[in-house]
Amino acid sequence: MTTTARTPGPLSRLLPGRSRPQGRTAGAVRRPLWQTIVLTILVIASLLVFLVPIYWLFSGAVKSNSDIYSWPLKWFPTSLHLENFRAAWTAAPFDRFLVNSVITTSVGTALEMFNAILCAYAFAFVHFRIKRFLFLFLIGSMMLPGHVTLIVNYITVGNLGWLNTYQGLILPGIGSAFAMFLLYQQMRTIDPEILQAAEVDGAGHLRRMVLIVVPMSWPMILTATLIVLVGKWNEYVWPLIVTSTASMRTLPIGLLFLRSQEGYTNWGALLAGTVIAAAPMLLLFFLAQRRIIGGMAAGALK
Amino acid sequence: MSSSAAVPATTAGRSAVLSPPAPTAPDAGETGADAGRAASRPPLRRRPMSPVRRRRLIRESLLFCVLILPNLAAILVFSYWPAIYNIVLSFMDWDLVAPMPEWVGLENYIDLFTDPEFWSVMLNTLVFTTVTVVGSLVGGVLLGTLLATKVPFTGMVRTFAFAPHMLPGAAVGMLWLFMFDPSFGLSRFLFNLVGMDSPQWTTTSDWSLAAVTVAYLWQRLGFVTVIYYTAILDLPKDILEAASLDGAHGVKMLRHMVLPLLSPITFFLSVTGVIAAAQAFDLISILTNGGPGISSSTLSWMIYEEAFQKFDIGKASSAATVLLVLLLVLTFMQVRFGEKKVNYAS
Repeated sequence: MTTTARTPGPLSRLLPGRSRPQGRTAGAVRRPLWQTIVLTILVIASLLVFLVPIYWLFSGAVKSNSDIYSWPLKWFPTSLHLENFRAAWTAAPFDRFLVNSVITTSVGTALEMFNAILCAYAFAFVHFRIKRFLFLFLIGSMMLPGHVTLIVNYITVGNLGWLNTYQGLILPGIGSAFAMFLLYQQMRTIDPEILQAAEVDGAGHLRRMVLIVVPMSWPMILTATLIVLVGKWNEYVWPLIVTSTASMRTLPIGLLFLRSQEGYTNWGALLAGTVIAAAPMLLLFFLAQRRIIGGMAAGALK
Repeated sequence: MSSSAAVPATTAGRSAVLSPPAPTAPDAGETGADAGRAASRPPLRRRPMSPVRRRRLIRESLLFCVLILPNLAAILVFSYWPAIYNIVLSFMDWDLVAPMPEWVGLENYIDLFTDPEFWSVMLNTLVFTTVTVVGSLVGGVLLGTLLATKVPFTGMVRTFAFAPHMLPGAAVGMLWLFMFDPSFGLSRFLFNLVGMDSPQWTTTSDWSLAAVTVAYLWQRLGFVTVIYYTAILDLPKDILEAASLDGAHGVKMLRHMVLPLLSPITFFLSVTGVIAAAQAFDLISILTNGGPGISSSTLSWMIYEEAFQKFDIGKASSAATVLLVLLLVLTFMQVRFGEKKVNYAS
């Protein structure tokens, strides 16, 4: 299973605000020119593998259908055809999808992070007998695949009368294991003397948490928030089964219904819808790349 | 905290010894098998606690309960309870409509295991999981090594390789559906380059599983690559330099030094990779709906289809139980097997 680190060690280079050490691997020392050229060609080839599909998505979203359905294929749109976005918007209630995605993602993320912060603080700083067992119990929930809990969660939410509601979409996902784990790791690196000093000054646990631990953990809280947020925005199977009315669907599910509705005859609109669902996450990633990658790597690296 | 020794997660809870600001931290020797109340039973071989101290510990314990309650409740209600009750449902017959499920014993499992379609689905799951996990590991370590050479453009590759991992699976599915289009997609362009016609990726049973696999690999490869890349930069340079002085270069270096040193990462990525692949659902849903026929159905698709399209809760929950057991067994085996290999660290 996951292994953990006492110190940020290998992560430090990924975390913001630190200079990146010049990493060198075996064989990187003084390379002949022809090798550099071969390697660069390989790098560019692999770049194309990832870049071309992404380009193809965005360029397709602004191509007219005559550009899309043409052969030989057109690499560049002949004109910016923003009609596609309007077509997607009229074919399906994309404004609702967008609003629903924003609401479920933001509220769900806030609740999960609330859980994560309280829980991480408790495990890091508050005395309890069977702490170790409880910690493993919570972390162990990561081993339970979502498809195993799907059916019973659907029944539970149905019994509560929460199908097609925001609480039904949001609440089953607010339990936190990964974010809690990341925050716990971070909080344990805080110097206990600071907290002891605060305690001597009469600050209780809640004040210590809010005024000292949370501000000191802020970078990691932000990282964890981003990771949780991306996961919630991209959530697919749960919104699919728990919503049956168009007005409650989120963007990823909206895409599925846009596809069944438009078939393959209106790719322009389908791709525009796809861009609406994908662009916010891409933007977020480009803005906070290092933070997101660093947080995800934190789960993997020791 | 300066100790740089990497500690397995199982001992993470040891913090109990270090961190609580409580005046007497209970030591790790105390068994966790206590009967409840934190301070009601004075520890043996120790001075009896003063009432002030004891009250304080009780207060701490209460606070602890309050702090973890929301999270614990959510995880109990929406993770552990469903996993357990799902097993109960797998012995029932139910269509979500009848007022009560009916107890049928092992019937669902007998139905499942005698159903040839189930075994086709299992085979699909096995093929899909193996190809995506092994493919992303091999591709990831090669690409990660390539990026670590720091030739031009490696930074860009890192960014764009990781980007698909951020996208909704539904969006990746739509994108690939478009590229797989045999008449107007990039697939036709690429196959024409080598003088062939594009296969009907998503609409023929020979290709549908391959379509899902390709799209999934594209989405996952960058993640694996970046994790490997980060780990490679972090390898102990002195050891590698010593090996290099001893004449290890290129493939030899990779095979005998780098790969063994990376084995903890490989271990982690293969465990999480299997769990992720076993749940790959959004791509299947968008690309093929598990079809044509059941040619691209995996276990996770089957669970969804049986439960929410055919309303056969018994069959669906027994399939879900099979998934749970398989993943637990596999993880357990990987941990056992991994323990032997993962000893290189520091």
